[in-house]
Amino acid sequence: MIASAFGVLFDGFAYGMLLFLLSVGLSVTLGMMNFVNLAHCSFAMLGGYVTVTLTNSLGWPFLATLPIAFLAAAVVSVVLERVLYRRLYRATDLDQCLLTIGIVFISVAVAAYIYGTIQQPLNLPSYLRGTVSVMGQNLGVYRLFLIGMSLLATVVLVLALEYTRFGAKVRAAVDNQRMARGLGIDVDRVFAMTFALGSGLAGLGGALAIEIVGLDHAFAFTYLVYVLIVVAVGGLGSIAGSFAAATLLGISDMAGKYYFPELGAFLIYFVMVTLLMWRPMGLFGRR
Amino acid sequence: MSSQRNQAGADGVDLSALSTRGLDKSFGSLIVAKDIELALPQGARYALIGPNGAGKTTLINLMTGMIRPDRGQIFLGADDITALAPAVRVKRGLVRTFQINTLFPHLNALEAVTLAICERCGYAGTWWRKLPAYGDAIEEAHAILLSLQLGAHCYRATRELAYGQQRLLEIALALATRPKVLLLDEPAAGVPQGESAELFSVIANLSRDIAVLFIEHDMNVVFRFANRIIVMVGGRILVEGTPQDIAGDPRVREVYLGGARHG
Amino acid sequence: MASSVAAEPQRYLEARIRWRPIEIAFWLATLTPFVLTPNYLVLASQIAITALFALSLDLILGYAGIVSLGHAAYFGFGSYTAGLIAKWGWGEPLSGLLIAGAAAGLLGYLTSFIIARFRHLALIMITLGLGLLLAEVANSASWLTGGADGLQGVRMWKLFGVFAFDLYGTVAYSYSLAILFLLFLVARRVINSPFGLALRGIRENAIRMPAIGAASSAHIRKIYTIAAVMAGIAGALLAQTTETVSLETLGFQRSADVLVILILGGAGRLYGGIVGAIIYMVARDQFSGINPQYWYFWIGTLLVAVVVFLPNGILGGLARLMPSGRGEP
Repeated sequence: MIASAFGVLFDGFAYGMLLFLLSVGLSVTLGMMNFVNLAHCSFAMLGGYVTVTLTNSLGWPFLATLPIAFLAAAVVSVVLERVLYRRLYRATDLDQCLLTIGIVFISVAVAAYIYGTIQQPLNLPSYLRGTVSVMGQNLGVYRLFLIGMSLLATVVLVLALEYTRFGAKVRAAVDNQRMARGLGIDVDRVFAMTFALGSGLAGLGGALAIEIVGLDHAFAFTYLVYVLIVVAVGGLGSIAGSFAAATLLGISDMAGKYYFPELGAFLIYFVMVTLLMWRPMGLFGRR
Repeated sequence: MSSQRNQAGADGVDLSALSTRGLDKSFGSLIVAKDIELALPQGARYALIGPNGAGKTTLINLMTGMIRPDRGQIFLGADDITALAPAVRVKRGLVRTFQINTLFPHLNALEAVTLAICERCGYAGTWWRKLPAYGDAIEEAHAILLSLQLGAHCYRATRELAYGQQRLLEIALALATRPKVLLLDEPAAGVPQGESAELFSVIANLSRDIAVLFIEHDMNVVFRFANRIIVMVGGRILVEGTPQDIAGDPRVREVYLGGARHG
Repeated sequence: MASSVAAEPQRYLEARIRWRPIEIAFWLATLTPFVLTPNYLVLASQIAITALFALSLDLILGYAGIVSLGHAAYFGFGSYTAGLIAKWGWGEPLSGLLIAGAAAGLLGYLTSFIIARFRHLALIMITLGLGLLLAEVANSASWLTGGADGLQGVRMWKLFGVFAFDLYGTVAYSYSLAILFLLFLVARRVINSPFGLALRGIRENAIRMPAIGAASSAHIRKIYTIAAVMAGIAGALLAQTTETVSLETLGFQRSADVLVILILGGAGRLYGGIVGAIIYMVARDQFSGINPQYWYFWIGTLLVAVVVFLPNGILGGLARLMPSGRGEP
């Protein structure tokens, strides 16, 4: 039982790390500008499809596609932000929801048109496959890789936030936008860059997700719900919150599927609703 | 519910309309209210003045229940209202207006005031009778608007009204609730000099049954309309007295002029 | 001091809520499918049901400002209740409808205590979560709901003991249209009542409401319950006219669709849900041959276009074209 419990914890943690990569960008941008971007997972999906196209059609090595997935998502998000999102910064929650849901619909349709509705196959390099034995436990190599990448990203994010000037500006803008503007910080520019960064991370997450949860045209919708749960539970604008909520969600979901398969997704939704009722601002949220 | 009698007012009236005892509030290390003791007698015309950031609006927020105090009590008449929700305090007669217009942009003035009256009379929850059936409420709303010179504009959407008219509508909404105590937060804020006279004549003509406390920066207005002045600095009440006392008080002059003399 | 002649402000308010000729023309026009398009009466009854559902969402979204991503919970709950009552032997349509409405209303009343406490993202997420929860429960409780196969064995008796639900949809459309019209009258009365004014107050400025002594939470709970009853009745109509209930009546897709429909037509304008339903359902029927992916592409594009160019939906756009308009809703 201990072995399987550990296995559930490990797999759950890996899944949580994936959710973290997918969600952290949305949490920070929501906390900064209060812009409800439900199309966030469309960027993740884009990253996934970029990786698939590069490895399957062009024969690129998997690892080399990851930075491209990041960049593609970041670039597309900048374009979208300039052309559309900028007009709705002062619009109501509802309008922002509707605009971005519309973009999700469009992205899902385009993905189906280009790639069809099937799960995308992915050829992982051999050194990322299989399991490795650590202290008597068999751990999946890919999952270890995923955890490693996410922790690396977390460290980079936290260091950048704490020790760079850009990070200071981000923290100021999230904390009190009006005050930050008053101090001369170009909040719009900071937001645009944070948005690009967050979307890029989502794209990276999408590429990494293929091996764990698969990739199909409906990815932007399917994982939107989970990402929203992580963001709402973790608290807007909080990296620590996203990390905690993603881990909690990942492990709960794995545990639920393993120990109570009849309950299905009931457990996560129930956990989310009760957590939000207890702490409407999220675990680490402010305001 | 506490049945404690509150302290006697400054001019010897037994029961104040509104009083506070030992009110404290801080946000972390920022003290916004410290040991606030004030008593507003019936029919008062009190002004609350002080530099920006002194905590004047915060005090109104504390008294109306929008913020909860760390310590202290608030009394409306003889009743301890410290634990009551904001809407309940309004029903008991403690009403405030906002420094920044907090109105209903797409409702017209008539609808807005009628709404306030319906809430007061308790039929805002009635969903099976149409609004025009409540002739008395509509009449009363119209009368209030007429008394504030808004009669001609009562059918226009609030967001189409001029700024000065919107400030008057703020007061109209407050009057519709039949307040016993009225807290006006900078009623003439943003209104050009020429138009504020009308606003203040409205305030001057308010019924003597209502106790009024208003926050104001314009000293001419303060000295004209207030019969007592409270000065707040840094979350504390510095001094309280008649306009003559305050005008002559060196501490007050220092707060406002920073010790620098002009000529 | 009531006078026999209504004072001017009173007459003004009366005039604003009077029935307009175009409204009467609209409702008369809803009878034309019987004559003009008798082959499409089944579709027409579906449209009427969707319009009723959208109207119920308008009450909470367009008038009270509650953004719900889970309103289908009450639609589906009403649908399953009506279906189960008929399946268990009581096939009388009207009483089944009332029971389903009451059941959905009870669910709405209970959840309204949660809903009224939150705003912004937390509220959106909680409505989403509650809807997903109910869908999961329905999925798992397949012994009751039939699970993914849907509810079987729903047999309706004749309406009033005389009219049998036929394949052509004549009775279905008459029934659905009549219920839609009746509940529309109720909604219209609610909007034009002091309570409707209070709801608009909450939507316009939620902070000002307690400052005029309003018990906003109580108001929100009340309208949410009313909307749940209406959505439940719409769901029950679907169950009774199609004699089947499926999981998608509770699903996120249905909640999202009704939101799109309402926004398309224009929220807060009473007729927005109905107009949106007509356009959406007719378009979907016309394009039903197309790959569903293309359908969602165009819906997505339309949604983006509406938000950017027509923020108040089609009715809002039309209102701007007309000089005096019917005044702000």
